[in-house]
Amino acid sequence: MELETKVYQKEGNLRIGKLLKESLADIARSRFLSFQLAKRDIQAQYRQSYLGIIWAFITPLATAFVWIFLNNSGTVRITDTGIPYPVYAFSGTLLWSIITESINSPMASTNSAKSILSKINFPKEALVVSGIYKLLFNSSIKVVLLLIFVFFYGVGFHWSLLLFPISILGGVLFGTTLGLFITPLGLLYKDIGRMISFGLQFLMYVTPVVYAIPKSGIMKTIMELNPFTPIILTARDLAVGFPPTYLTYFLIVIACCIPLFFIALLFYRISIPILVERMSA
Amino acid sequence: MNEVLISVENLSKKFCKDLKTSLWYGVKDLASGLSGNRNERELRPKEFWAIKDISFELRRGECLGLIGHNGAGKSTLLKILNGLINPDAGKVTIKGRVGALIELGAGFNPILSGRENIYNNGAILGFTRKEINEKIEEIIDFAEIREFIDMPVQNYSSGMKVRLGFAVAAQMQPDVLIIDEVLAVGDLGFVLKCFKQIDTILPKTAIVFVSHSMPMVSRICNQIILMDRGESIFQGEDVGKAIDKYYTRFVDNESNVVFTDGSIDLEDIELLDTFGYEKNIPQLRWGDNLKLAFKFKINSLVAIPAFHISIFDKEQRPVAIFEPNVEELISLNDSDRIEFIVEHKNLQLSKGIYSINIVVSKMANNEPLLRMNGIASFQVLHQTDTWPPFLLKSSYQSI
Repeated sequence: MELETKVYQKEGNLRIGKLLKESLADIARSRFLSFQLAKRDIQAQYRQSYLGIIWAFITPLATAFVWIFLNNSGTVRITDTGIPYPVYAFSGTLLWSIITESINSPMASTNSAKSILSKINFPKEALVVSGIYKLLFNSSIKVVLLLIFVFFYGVGFHWSLLLFPISILGGVLFGTTLGLFITPLGLLYKDIGRMISFGLQFLMYVTPVVYAIPKSGIMKTIMELNPFTPIILTARDLAVGFPPTYLTYFLIVIACCIPLFFIALLFYRISIPILVERMSA
Repeated sequence: MNEVLISVENLSKKFCKDLKTSLWYGVKDLASGLSGNRNERELRPKEFWAIKDISFELRRGECLGLIGHNGAGKSTLLKILNGLINPDAGKVTIKGRVGALIELGAGFNPILSGRENIYNNGAILGFTRKEINEKIEEIIDFAEIREFIDMPVQNYSSGMKVRLGFAVAAQMQPDVLIIDEVLAVGDLGFVLKCFKQIDTILPKTAIVFVSHSMPMVSRICNQIILMDRGESIFQGEDVGKAIDKYYTRFVDNESNVVFTDGSIDLEDIELLDTFGYEKNIPQLRWGDNLKLAFKFKINSLVAIPAFHISIFDKEQRPVAIFEPNVEELISLNDSDRIEFIVEHKNLQLSKGIYSINIVVSKMANNEPLLRMNGIASFQVLHQTDTWPPFLLKSSYQSI
């Protein structure tokens, strides 16, 4: 039987095709590992808590309630969104929480696996994939809650709702790609992680999360350029049965994300040995 | 001849002493990692070679021991062999499936039960779900914790965790096995079990073994590298010689007083009729006479005390004690000196380095007056390595 041969040396292998093939082979080989890691984390998370699943959507729910209150009490005046405002606000904060969670996911998964990374050689891609599994699990719970909102406020069923999960997948892909690019630097410097969560707070206000894009002005330009906008808007339009106005931009963003995702994955793969060397065990 | 499974050529690795600098170099390395990394690596400020120019080859069925004091670069070498970090120069070629016993029980989540964690750990070690399903009963039996298998791992003792971890890892069938100092935990029975397991896989495997326990190294290794500050200072098949060299690095000629009541002091001790010296350690050949000359100064003492002179080996195990003195044989020749020679003929201690401790106590009631460790050391020379402390002179005849 021919034995698999591994060579470790200073010079990196930069033939993208070969690297990508190895990377994908590793993902395929580590299917069970990624599933098991996700299962472990989810199990552990809920076994040590009574409220369990509630924590997954308490933040977007709270943010939504704040805005619903601000709107109803007349503190802030929000332009008509075409659907009941609670549905608008909650779908926004919920989609936003899915995207931010996706951005943080690769870094969080890698960080929590630090001690194994410096001791055992296993396909690192499994960490990313297990992160995606966890995202999909959390997101599906949030989606169920959103559906309750949609029906409770009388928006009703539209066939486009069936496409809604695909737009969620798009959001997860977008966030994970961004997160993967940040991860290597973020693991070296803690500043990066803080900067990201800090920056995201502001980014939320230039994204149509809790209010619609204004009809004119500088805010309109910024919001329309912001690549987070089409993700949120398309997903929301599909959920409530509006024709998705930003569909083209959404498709462009997703089309860019697919190759970028694989590039980020390779970047991640190359970076891990360098990071393990610098990380504490 | 079996095939070569591990081949290491001129391997070097550098580390940085300063965290901030190290992180910044990390950023630079990330950038150069993306461009293929073809530049010659030289030491940047605040860096040092953690491993320098190590080369070796290992075939199936062989076991290489890596020894050296803490920080000699052993674990770093293992990490490179395991593909966790990349070398800065040189090349490693490894054939076949690599298993590493560097950390047992990786991926355990403390809240989950032992059974669930077998799946977690197994997945990280590269098993499939089917393989684990098939082996789970075997794993539980090997770990001997069936009773507690559904209890959360956080309630396990550290020994139980290691047992479970090893039981999972023992199911690997690697071509190359890398073992770091993991077996030190766990009770004796379990350590023996582990070694039995390692013995059974050794013929099919090339093993790299790091340990500070020389008996273990000499038991399973047939090749050895002694490392110091990242460099190999001894390499070859003469395991015994490397172990000797390792021990001589720890010999200190400092004697220390553990206890004294001030009534008597050791002034001088000397080994007589020695064969030679190496690094100030007197040498004797096996079968020579061991002759020690003592000189004590008496500060306040009326009667001749009892001298208990014992010999310790390099692992600080007591191996022998001289018969105690009888009163008449030593006399107070001067008012404040005691001098005497004690001799043991035909020394049968086996090859190695030994040190001498002494306890001086009152003859009448054994009340201690002076206790000193490491007052002298000597080396016994012989051509063969023996692990037991004595090599008994023997004659054989047929009956």
